[in-house]
Amino acid sequence: MINLKSFLSTLSLLVFLAIWQGLAVYLNSNTLPTPEAIAKVFQQACISGQLPFHLGVTLLRLVVSFTIAMLLGCAIGIVLGRNKKLDAFFDNWLVIFLNVPALVTIILCYVWFGLVESAAILAVVINKLPNVIVTIREGTRTLDQDLLDMAHCYHFGKRKTLVHVIWPQLHPFVMGATRSGLALIWKIILVVELLGRSNGMGYQLHLFFQLFDVASILAYTVAFVAVIQLIELLILKPLDKKALRWRR
Amino acid sequence: MTDIQININNKTYPTATTPSIANLKLSLNSNEFTCLVGPSGCGKTTLLNIIAGLDNDYDGEILVGQQHTHPKIGYIFQNPRLLPWRTVRENIELVLDEHQPPEVIDALLEVMQLTPAQHIYPERLSLGMSRRVSIIRAFAVDPEVLLMDEPFVSLDAPTARQVRELLLKLWQQRPHTVLFVTHDLREAIALADRLIFLSASPMQVVSEIIVPIARSDRRNELAIESFRQQLLQNHPEIKQLL
Repeated sequence: MINLKSFLSTLSLLVFLAIWQGLAVYLNSNTLPTPEAIAKVFQQACISGQLPFHLGVTLLRLVVSFTIAMLLGCAIGIVLGRNKKLDAFFDNWLVIFLNVPALVTIILCYVWFGLVESAAILAVVINKLPNVIVTIREGTRTLDQDLLDMAHCYHFGKRKTLVHVIWPQLHPFVMGATRSGLALIWKIILVVELLGRSNGMGYQLHLFFQLFDVASILAYTVAFVAVIQLIELLILKPLDKKALRWRR
Repeated sequence: MTDIQININNKTYPTATTPSIANLKLSLNSNEFTCLVGPSGCGKTTLLNIIAGLDNDYDGEILVGQQHTHPKIGYIFQNPRLLPWRTVRENIELVLDEHQPPEVIDALLEVMQLTPAQHIYPERLSLGMSRRVSIIRAFAVDPEVLLMDEPFVSLDAPTARQVRELLLKLWQQRPHTVLFVTHDLREAIALADRLIFLSASPMQVVSEIIVPIARSDRRNELAIESFRQQLLQNHPEIKQLL
C-alpha cells in the first residue's frame, strides 16, 4: 500500500514535469523555460551564492517575525479567550486589523518608520498577529472547564495549569495557526522585501521581473517550495507526532 | 486531623429565584466516612464545589478547626477528569510536590491494583480503571477532606462493587475524613459511618443516622439489606428522598 502510494506520487510528479517539458519545447519561448534550463539556473545561483544568501535573509526575517507574531498572538489569544470583558472591548480592533489589506500596513510602516529592517518585521507581524489571536482565542474558548476545575482543586497554580492543562488542549489550534501563518508570512515577506528592502527573495524576484528573467524566477520558486516542504517534514510533522502520541 | 464545620446560610444561583441551599449545617468528624444521600438535582454537587473552593458565590462559612479557611481537599469527580495526554502515573505525579519519593505512588498503585497499567494513557483505560486512578490521585495529596461525587455511577454492578471494596481497603489503610455523595442507599450503607439525608431544594438536612454495622460485615449484602429495610421503616421521612 505504501509502495503504491509513493509510486503514484512519484509518477504524478514525473507527469507534471513531462507536460511542462512538452509545452516548453512546443512553445519555444523565453517566457516558459524547460525544467532542464531552470535546473541549470538553479545550480548556477547556488554556486554563485546568490540564491542561498537571499533565501537565508528571507528565512531569517521569517523566523523573527513568525516567532514574535506567535508568542504575542498566543498570549493575547489566551487572555481574550479567558476574559469576556477584554474580549468584548478588543473584538472591534481585531476585526479592523484582520481586514486592513496587507499592502496598506506595509506602506504605512515604511512611511512612518522609514525603509528599515524593523519596519519590515513590524509590517509582517501586524499582518499575521490578528490571525493568530483569533485562532488561539477560539481554542481557549473550547477549553474543558472540568479539567480547569480539577487543576484548581489540586492547587496546580498558574504555571502548572498553563503548561499541563491549557497548552496541550490548544495544541491543534497552535499547529493550525503555525501552518496557516507560515503560508501567509511567506507571501507577505516577499511584498515587504519588494517594496522596501535591498536583499531577500522579494527583492531578487523584483529584479528578475524587470529583466524578464523567468528561468531565475522559477528557480527561486523551486527553492522556496522546497524549504516549506522541509519545514513541514522536519519540524511540524514530528511536533504533531510527539504531541499526539497519547491518542488512540 | 481537625474537624470541619460547614455552615451555608444561602446559596442562590444568579438565574434562580429560590435558593438551592438554605441554612445547611454539617460537621465532619476526623477520619469519619460520611455519606450524603439525597434526590438527584438537590444541590449535592453544588455543596461539594463550595467546599472545594470552586464556587465562592454563597453566604456562609467553612471552618477547619477554628480557622476560616478551605480545607486541603482531594476531589473524586463523577467523571474521572484525568489529563488524556499524561499516563496514569504522570497524572498522579502532577498533583504531588516534585520532591515526593516515587514510593508514595508505587504503594497507592499497588493497593488499587494498577501497577501494570501505570504507563498507559487514560484513553486506553476502562471506566472502572480511570475511577481507580482518580481515587489514587485524591489520596496521594493526603487531604484534610476527601470529596467524592457519585464516583461509582454508570459502572456495572460487579465493577462498582470491586472499586468500592478497593476504596474501603485504601481508606482503612489510610484513614481520611470523607464526604461521599450518592443517591444509592445500599451503596451509602455499605460505605458510611454516618448517613446524612438531604431534601430537595432548598437543600436541608432531613436526618442523620449512624450506621452500626461492623466494618467486617460490610460485604454481607443481607446485613446491608436488612438495615436498609429497618431504616425505611423507622424513618418514613427519608422514603420520599430516594
